[in-house]
Amino acid sequence: MIVSEKLDKFFDEKIKEYPTRRSFLVPMLLYTQDELGYLTDEAIAYLAKKTGLTELEVRNVISYYSLLRTKPLGKYHVQVCTNISCMLRGGEEVFDHCREKLGIGHKQKTADGMFSLEEVECIGACSWAPAIQVNYDFHENLTPEKLDKVLEDYKKKSKQ
Amino acid sequence: MADLVSHPDEIRVVSSRFGKGATSIDRYLELDGYKAVQKALQLKPDDIINEVKTSNLRGRGGAGFPTGMKWSFVPKESSKPKYVLVNGDESEPGTCKDRLILEHDPHAVIEGVMIAGLAVGAQTGYVYIRGEYRYLVDIMRKALADAYARGFLGKNIFGSGREFNVYWHTGAGAYEVGEESALMESLEGKRGIPRIRPPFPAVVGLWGGPTVINNVETLASVPHIILMGGQKFADLGTPKNGGTRLFCLSGHINKPGVYELPLGYPLKKMIYDVGGGIAEKKKLKAVVPGGSSTFVLTAEEAEQLNMDFDTFAKRGEFLGSGGVVILDDTTCMVKFALRIMKFYRHESCGWCIPCREGTDWLEKTLVRFHSGGGLKKDIDNIKYLAQNMLGRTFCPLGDAAAIPTISIVDKWRKEFEDHLEGKPCPFEPEGAVTQLPVLSH
Repeated sequence: MIVSEKLDKFFDEKIKEYPTRRSFLVPMLLYTQDELGYLTDEAIAYLAKKTGLTELEVRNVISYYSLLRTKPLGKYHVQVCTNISCMLRGGEEVFDHCREKLGIGHKQKTADGMFSLEEVECIGACSWAPAIQVNYDFHENLTPEKLDKVLEDYKKKSKQ
Repeated sequence: MADLVSHPDEIRVVSSRFGKGATSIDRYLELDGYKAVQKALQLKPDDIINEVKTSNLRGRGGAGFPTGMKWSFVPKESSKPKYVLVNGDESEPGTCKDRLILEHDPHAVIEGVMIAGLAVGAQTGYVYIRGEYRYLVDIMRKALADAYARGFLGKNIFGSGREFNVYWHTGAGAYEVGEESALMESLEGKRGIPRIRPPFPAVVGLWGGPTVINNVETLASVPHIILMGGQKFADLGTPKNGGTRLFCLSGHINKPGVYELPLGYPLKKMIYDVGGGIAEKKKLKAVVPGGSSTFVLTAEEAEQLNMDFDTFAKRGEFLGSGGVVILDDTTCMVKFALRIMKFYRHESCGWCIPCREGTDWLEKTLVRFHSGGGLKKDIDNIKYLAQNMLGRTFCPLGDAAAIPTISIVDKWRKEFEDHLEGKPCPFEPEGAVTQLPVLSH
């Protein structure tokens, strides 16, 4: 079983909510990635089977969506928005600071596999800028001190 | 934390339940929840549509199309099932309001979907929420489960004998998917490439069936309209621009936040009164009125305009998504234009040449220009390229990229000229030019 039994059952239930099986593909890709860390070749084969598509068709869909990846990133993926509202309130400086603190650049991963970094587009936190997401968690109204604390907290978590 | 703010000028309609625990279905019911849909169950479909037409509710996603009129385009008879699709792909830079509705009042969205369905003859709705908003997907899942458990959704809604189903769906990162036809493609499990129009979604939509597609805020407004009456909602705004809407203030403003104000509210008041003026006592330089896809305004223009759809339409411009971004006089407009174009180039789906090549060419030119390699002819070329994208792309993303660019070159031409001949950017702190990190995908 490529994914957990629980996730597989969840997929089979929810796929019934659509008139075509392939309609549920994008959410399945994301939830599979959440469980495995990235979309492995086996995961792609599994989802191709579930939707009745070829593996190439599934890869074709994957390549469109920016949250989906076929290579592993860090356990904690730090996504820094530098779009207009965040840029005006120091988003670029937040990104530079993260690069320095983590020692990695855009779409890179730390050697221990704990952190990765990405410069992203608008995450919908404009009125609480500058903001980042770490995995799905929002961290907003950032100051240099708050940012340091956020990164420290994740570093502590990574050591547990 | 997406904290809430307030200002005395606010008129709370769609945000009336914010901060009141309305994610709990019991609390939602206490706060007049699910009364509107029960009223709608007693009305004829045309009566529901007429009430929404009377309200002058216009699409809150950015295009401002009259909602009642959109619903009336759905054919009465259809050999294929009809659908209601919620566009919860909020990704327009400067816009963070649907997030709050999904966080504080998810049942209002569900109820709006149901009323829309009753109006057009659809029995199935999908709530598409962007992938990054995972915590909001979780909230919606719970809200839907609770509604089903109470018999408000499913085979026999409110004991009426009628069936209605609403399902949640998530994206996985793509701005273009907010375009309604690309949204349908994504929901059908494909790349978010837009479709040719006509036919329009109301006639041929999801899996070929008639589909009403509305923004989260548009649908969340509908139950309020049914309960208060369309005319009362209309009267809160200006003629043909009914009601109130959520405005997201961001940028160099003292009190950023999401505020619900009537359509037609003066932008000057929004900036200096509601927003508390420019931060750090700087001067206002420019305003993005409604998300990065709108024409950028000078301070003088901004201080004269009222925020409704028709005021901007009369100027050949757009009110937009509600994302009001404030720029002070420390902002380099060339860099601002560059960052905007980087966004559109990154998000371009790549399907059509003018957008795919145009955004790429414009971004490269602006990078070169901002880092001191600009030539005089580049300034006119930037405008020329942008004008030639306008109206010539397969979907409005090309327009969205061209529009802010044209306005920035037109209104701040001198700033472009100040970057010529290798002169360092006048706004960068040390006078040296820093290269923006290049987004790759």
